[in-house]
Amino acid sequence: MARVSFTPNLDRHVHCPSETVPGANLRAVLESYFALHPALRSYLLDEQGALRKHVVIFVDGRQLADRGGLLDAVSDTSEVFVMQALSGG
Amino acid sequence: MADRVFVSSRKGLFSVVRQPQGWAVERVSFLGDSVSLSLYDARDGALYAGLGLGHYGVKLRRSRDLGQTWEELAAPAFPPAPEGHVETLPDGKPWPWRVEQIWALEAGGQPGELWCGTIGGGLFHSRDGGASWQLNRPLWDHPKRKEWFGGGAEMPGIHSICVHPGDPQKLSLGVSCGGVWHTSDSGQSFELAARGMFAEFMPPERREDEAIQDVHRLARCRAHPDRVWAQHHNGVFRSDDGGRTWTTIESVQPSVFGFTVAAHPHDADTAWLVPAVKDETRIPVGAEVVVARTRDAGKSWQVLRKGLPQEHAYDLTFRHALDVDESGDRLAFGSTTGSLFISEDGGDSWATISTHLPPIYAVQFA
Repeated sequence: MARVSFTPNLDRHVHCPSETVPGANLRAVLESYFALHPALRSYLLDEQGALRKHVVIFVDGRQLADRGGLLDAVSDTSEVFVMQALSGG
Repeated sequence: MADRVFVSSRKGLFSVVRQPQGWAVERVSFLGDSVSLSLYDARDGALYAGLGLGHYGVKLRRSRDLGQTWEELAAPAFPPAPEGHVETLPDGKPWPWRVEQIWALEAGGQPGELWCGTIGGGLFHSRDGGASWQLNRPLWDHPKRKEWFGGGAEMPGIHSICVHPGDPQKLSLGVSCGGVWHTSDSGQSFELAARGMFAEFMPPERREDEAIQDVHRLARCRAHPDRVWAQHHNGVFRSDDGGRTWTTIESVQPSVFGFTVAAHPHDADTAWLVPAVKDETRIPVGAEVVVARTRDAGKSWQVLRKGLPQEHAYDLTFRHALDVDESGDRLAFGSTTGSLFISEDGGDSWATISTHLPPIYAVQFA
C-alpha cells in the first residue's frame, strides 16, 4: 500500500487528502486513488489518459521515468508525491 | 439595461456592478486563476466560468448566486482517440484530441442546453446544464475540419457560436482559422459557408478558401439575425444572409484590423469594433484607444474616443472582450493591459472603471 500525497496548491482547487492505496505501479496506484476521489482524475490526466504536461510525480523522491505509461514500480512502503512542474510557471 | 458585467481575466473573474457613484468591482472569484470566459444564462440565472488551470487543465464551474459560491461541473472533453490514431494539423504537427481552452459558451434553445467551443477544435453540447458534455461528431468528423489550423494558438479553435434567436436549432460558428460553419438541425449536420471572405496574407490559390478563413469574431443582430458581422484577420466583413456570404467593409477608421466586434441587438445597421494596427505590432493606431461605430451598415464609421486614453495607450482588446447590453446603449470593453471601459450612451463617451485589472480576456453583461 503506497501513500499518495499532493502539493497544497492543488488543494486550492479540489479536495485531495493523502491516502494509502494499493497498486504495483504508478498507474495502478493512481487508479486506486481515483476510485476514492474521482474528481482528481481530470486534474492529473488529460482526456486521453496522459499525465498533464505540467504535473510531475515523485516516487520515493525520484521523478517518474515513464511519463507515457506511468509504469514506474511502486512498493508497499512507497511515498508518492504529486506536484506542479515548475515548467508550468 | 444591464447593471452588471462579468470580466474574465488572467487572474480571476470580476463582477463589476453599477452603483450610485459609478461602476465598481463588487466581487472577485477564482483570484489568481485564469478565466477564459464566463456565461451568464438569463434563463435560469446560472453563471458559468471556464477556467484554464495552467498545471491542471481546463475546468468548468457554475454558480447559482452570481459568484458567491461555485460548484465544479464536468469540463467538455474529447472521447478517447481511436487506438493508434494520430491526428495531425495541416503542417504535420500533432493535433491531440484535447481541450486546451474553453473559447465559446452559449445557451441553446432547450432548457439546460449549452454549446461550448474550444481551442482544440471541438464543439461540445450539453443538454443538462453542463453536468455532461458530448463532442459534436458531425463537425469533428467533417473532412473539411481537418484543414483548420491555429490562429493565435497552436491549435484551431471555435470562438463564436451564434444561436439563431428565432430558431435555436440554427447555429453559426466562427473558427480561427477555419471559416464559418452552419447547422440548421442542432448540429446533426454542418455546412461550411463563408463565401466572399478572403485572406490577402495567404498564397493566392488559398486566398478565398472558405475552410481556412481566420475569423476573429462573429456577432449577430438579435432582432435581425440575417445580419452578421465578422472581424477577420484580413479586415471587417458583413453578411446579410445569416453568415453564408460576406461583403468586405473597407471604410473602417482608423484601421480594419482588430479582434472583436459587437452587433446592436435591435438595429441591424449598428455595430462596434475596437481597431488596432495589424500583425506587425498589434497596438492601438497611434497609441490612442478608440472604438469604431457604424450606424449605416458599414458605409461610414465614427471614431469614438471621448473618455478613452489618447496618449501612450497600448491596450489591445481580445475577441471576447467587447460586449453590448440588451438595450444597445451600454457597452463594455477590456484590454490586455487590464483596463476596463464602460459607455452608457452607445459609445459616444466612456468611463474608465479600472486601469489595473489583470489582462482581460472577456466581458459579458448580465
